[in-house]
Amino acid sequence: MSVKILYFAGLREALGMAGESVDLPAGVATVGALRDWLAGQGRERLAGTKSLRCAVNQEMAGPEAAVRDGDEVAFFPPVTGG
Amino acid sequence: MAVRVQEADFDVGAELAALRAGDARIGALASFVGLVRDINDGAGVSEMTLEHYPGMTEKALEAIVAEAQGRWDIYGALVIHRVGPLKPCDQIVLVAVTSAHRGEAFAACEFIMDYLKTRAPFWKRETTPDGARWVDAREADDSAAARWQATDS
Repeated sequence: MSVKILYFAGLREALGMAGESVDLPAGVATVGALRDWLAGQGRERLAGTKSLRCAVNQEMAGPEAAVRDGDEVAFFPPVTGG
Repeated sequence: MAVRVQEADFDVGAELAALRAGDARIGALASFVGLVRDINDGAGVSEMTLEHYPGMTEKALEAIVAEAQGRWDIYGALVIHRVGPLKPCDQIVLVAVTSAHRGEAFAACEFIMDYLKTRAPFWKRETTPDGARWVDAREADDSAAARWQATDS
C-alpha cells in the first residue's frame, strides 16, 4: 500500500525533505511500525527522536494507530505555537 | 465560531468589536493576545518564524473551540494565529470568547489557549546571535493543558 509522509519543523530540516510517498511492505500497518520501517530506510532521525509526535490524516495519533492505503501520515516534534 | 491562520497582522479592536457586534446577550468578552518577546531561554531573539501544518492546523483549532463550546456556555469564539516571519513586539495569536458572564469567558479563553499550545501544529524557529534554533516545547505548557483534564470528572 502507498502512503504520503510529511515531516515538519526540525525533523523536516534534519531529513532534508518536507515529505515523500512510500510503498509499504506487508506488515507495516501501524504508526509505530511505519516509524521503525522509515528509520530502517535511511531516516534514522525518526528512531532517535524520543518525543516525536504523529498525525494520521491530520489527527493526532499514537504508535498503535492504524495506517491504511492512501493515508497522510505526518511526523513532527512537540508543537510550540501560541 | 471562527479560526483563522494567516501571515497578516490583525487589529484587536476591530476583531473584538466584530465578535460581539449586535448581540445583546453578551455580558462578557475575554481576550488574550500572545506577543513575540525579544528574549527566550537566555538569548536575544531578533526574529521568529512560525511554521504550521496547513489543513491540520485549522482542524485542530476548530476541534479545540468545539470542545470549549461543549464545556462552557459561550456565545462566540475567535482564534487568529499568525504564521511566517515575525519580529519582537509583533502579535502572534488572538483568542477571544463571549458569554453572558465573565467566569465562562475567562475559563474558555484560557482553556483554548492552553490546548492550542499543546495540540495545534505550529512550530517556532527563532533567530539569536548564535544562529537560528527551533524552540523546544515546555513542560509547563503540558501541565497547563493537563489541569483541564484533571477537572473533567
